[in-house]
Amino acid sequence: MLEALASVLILFGAFFVLVGSLGLARLPDFFTRLHGPTKATTLGLAAVCAAFIAFAAGSGNGLSVRELLILVFLFITAPVSAFVLGRAALRRGTPSMTPPPAPLEDADDDRHR
Amino acid sequence: MLRRLLPHPLLSAFLVITWLLLVNSLSPGALVFGLLVAIAIPPLTTRFWIRAPRLHRPAVLLRLVPVVLWDILVANLTVAWIVLTRPADRLRPQFLAIPLDIRDPYATVALASIITLTPGTVSVQLDPDAGVLHVHALDCPDPEDAIAGIKRRYEQPLGELFEC
Repeated sequence: MLEALASVLILFGAFFVLVGSLGLARLPDFFTRLHGPTKATTLGLAAVCAAFIAFAAGSGNGLSVRELLILVFLFITAPVSAFVLGRAALRRGTPSMTPPPAPLEDADDDRHR
Repeated sequence: MLRRLLPHPLLSAFLVITWLLLVNSLSPGALVFGLLVAIAIPPLTTRFWIRAPRLHRPAVLLRLVPVVLWDILVANLTVAWIVLTRPADRLRPQFLAIPLDIRDPYATVALASIITLTPGTVSVQLDPDAGVLHVHALDCPDPEDAIAGIKRRYEQPLGELFEC
């Protein structure tokens, strides 16, 4: 029963990872392509991790929730890499379908101190 | 005394939970070692922090977290549909300039992260002087509406959470 649930979750997750990669290939410019990976890492990986948990619970080893850590760290790091990529693209003047905002010349990272 | 021992209560709590998940056990031994980790590590990281983040109203999390998780789910489906069916020339991507009411740096980071995690929008630049967060939206027919939605759903609760 739990094995069936795990299978469904893996398929569901794999579908979203596939769509994320497809977006990376199909979308027209850098900024729209940036959306691809954020899809795959949220719902897709959440489903795959849920599948792990369901499968481990079904195989008689008790409930294991260690896989949640993968999600926590991904949710913390994915936005940072997307932000840095986006900002680098703005500063380089990467071509965009829509007019981008003016890049900040020298954003001072110590401003909040 | 407690302040001295635990200058970063949130970081310490996070470390205990992370430790327990890593060893995948709730045994007393694991708990004791997790507490040692939670006491030993934060002092080593003080140089990286502006100041310890404080949650003024933790109860807001009960409202915010379900909203964010639900939005991730719904937005994923929407974006998957767009990627699979919409030809590139019928996309309406848009840069949104979101004027921020929140000033707390931790609240701002949380907002930018939530915006990126909910598919369809990616935070790409923060202008701390003007208090504007630049966001790229994948398909956005009505920018005004999108900005108002982000402010209402995420920024307003984050302001309550982090600021007095």
